[in-house]
Amino acid sequence: MKIHEYQGKELLRRYKIPVPQGEAAFDVEAAVKAAHGIMEATSNETIVVKAQIHAGGRGKGGGVKVVKGEAGVREAASKILGMNLVTHQTGPEGKKVGRLLIEQGMDIVRELYVGLVVDRDKRRVCLMASTEGGMEIEVVAARTPEKILKAWFDPATGLLPFQARDIAFGLGLADKQVNKAVAVMQSLATMFVKEDASLVEVNPLVVTKAGDVIALDAKVSFDDNAAFRHKDREEMRDATEENPVEAEAAALGFSYVGMDGDIGCCVNGAGLAMATMDIIKHVGGEPANFLDVGGGADAQTVKKAFKIILSDPRVKAIFVNIFGGILRCDVLAEGVVGAAREMGIKVPLVVRLEGTNVDIGRKILAESGLKIHTAKDMGEGARMAVELARGA
Amino acid sequence: MTILVDKSTRVLVQGITGGAGAFHTKQMMDAGTNLVAGVTPGKGGMKFEDRIPVFDTVAQAREKTGANASVIFVPAPFAADSIMEAAAADLDVVVCITEGIPTLDMIRARAFLAGKRTRLVGPNCPGIIAPPVSQKLGITPHRVTKPGDIGVISRSGTLTYEAIGQLTALGLGQSTCVGIGGDPVGGVDFVDLLGMFERDPDTRGVIMIGEIGGAAEEAAAAFIKDNVKKPVAAFIAGRTAPPGKRMGHAGAIISGGKGTAAEKVAALEAAGVKISPTPAEIGRSLASLL
Repeated sequence: MKIHEYQGKELLRRYKIPVPQGEAAFDVEAAVKAAHGIMEATSNETIVVKAQIHAGGRGKGGGVKVVKGEAGVREAASKILGMNLVTHQTGPEGKKVGRLLIEQGMDIVRELYVGLVVDRDKRRVCLMASTEGGMEIEVVAARTPEKILKAWFDPATGLLPFQARDIAFGLGLADKQVNKAVAVMQSLATMFVKEDASLVEVNPLVVTKAGDVIALDAKVSFDDNAAFRHKDREEMRDATEENPVEAEAAALGFSYVGMDGDIGCCVNGAGLAMATMDIIKHVGGEPANFLDVGGGADAQTVKKAFKIILSDPRVKAIFVNIFGGILRCDVLAEGVVGAAREMGIKVPLVVRLEGTNVDIGRKILAESGLKIHTAKDMGEGARMAVELARGA
Repeated sequence: MTILVDKSTRVLVQGITGGAGAFHTKQMMDAGTNLVAGVTPGKGGMKFEDRIPVFDTVAQAREKTGANASVIFVPAPFAADSIMEAAAADLDVVVCITEGIPTLDMIRARAFLAGKRTRLVGPNCPGIIAPPVSQKLGITPHRVTKPGDIGVISRSGTLTYEAIGQLTALGLGQSTCVGIGGDPVGGVDFVDLLGMFERDPDTRGVIMIGEIGGAAEEAAAAFIKDNVKKPVAAFIAGRTAPPGKRMGHAGAIISGGKGTAAEKVAALEAAGVKISPTPAEIGRSLASLL
């Protein structure tokens, strides 16, 4: 689960990491009001108006403006709120801006980068830092990997003070800034572990003219598997940032990713579901989706999966590819037959069944009286689905 | 011979009284597994199916029954603790079937395993099946298996079944099939198992099934180049997966342009591995090397 920058900064504040004074605003008047409060408290007219969407690259897309005074805030806020912000991470269709972060301006001397992720190969949390703040870390990693400093830590010990010092000195920090940066990095590490994050990125972490070390941005994602430990987190979810079909599928207990093709897929298991997309493409078709009904699926789940597949008007054929292990073929077949009867599926339906109780499953399909094309293996099933979609 | 387990392996099930645990324990018994105990805290003293004694702790189960391997069906919030409990009891092999364990829990569990004898398989995997010795520690549908001399290693559950089904249909039996799981942090990996299969005199060839995300397949390719003489065929799932999207498995995600199927296929081909062009030809790809 991803959250907005302003929500990430609230979290940073809770861990005593310095962030600019700021406030979220959902309309222009709230933005102006927030700006007044900040200008008064900081005795500074410079205000930053930042679009709040989950994608990066907002500045280049025109979603971040540094302005002066009420008039400037009003103009920027009116322009950015409701705009369709296109960045390299949103895709060409862009993302509509519905929220702003209004922040105090900063006198910046240096821009650094600090990020934390799980390093799956080392099986530790990795803190990365670089002097190239403001740049994307992937670009820095590709062009100048020597500029990325890394430290790995165990969640049990957290980031050790000497590790944070090594990084701070490596970034060329001196005097009081060393201890300030060490404190920021250690708090970020603590936050990563306590909050079950999967990504925490501060880009840039800045050194100000006054000598302070401040998180100017905050990108935070959480490990969904740990949601049971953080029950209050749901209120941070922004439904407008999520694909409604994918969210609905997730709520029903299976995973769905929409694609651009016309062959709807219904598969059990993530690997087989990916492989099914691959084989459809291999035989010249285009999958409409990735859909893993999961191991514990029953007739009801299958019915719901069909509903989701059919909600995509581009679907011209459906390919059901099941290797029953935990999910028994007879249960699956009943689900398919039930869904076909109830919803009156108009597109061709290809079913490939294998595994536990396959004979009963095939019998149920054969005796249903429905027009179901059965395939003996996944290669044949994929070819049949592609041909039938073309004929449709 | 087989890897990880053999005829004498004595198996206990953690979470034996839960829904999934009970169902699959019966399946494992049906497959001929040498099941000696169950563990569910608070249910010690009862008997599962009037036969298998249930204990409160793994340590007790081990002491009373001589169990040396475990299969875990405990719900995700408690599963990492179960792994560590099994390792603390010095079991040889621990298979964790549970899906959805927080990544940081797995990092803690792996750190706990360091220096211990216990080998972890999984989590989020179908486990181990060794047809020549009728031992099943997990959920693989055993009726599609056949005793033989091909090893299977896979990050995906149902694709493992697919590969086994194709091998069996071709008349090629399996020595041991191991699902290593679809999570970012798990137990034994391709490299560990490729080494075991290479050393196993009764394994003639190996199928490995990878998927997008991480660098485990690249590491396997480097290992194969220097250490594996037996024929290896591979399939990598997710050639058509879009970047930045989690494809069901927590570990199956292309991030920062890394972990693509194309990179993995190139690395494996360079190591002399035969790549199956589609998931329907995994069995035939290996057969062509024998």
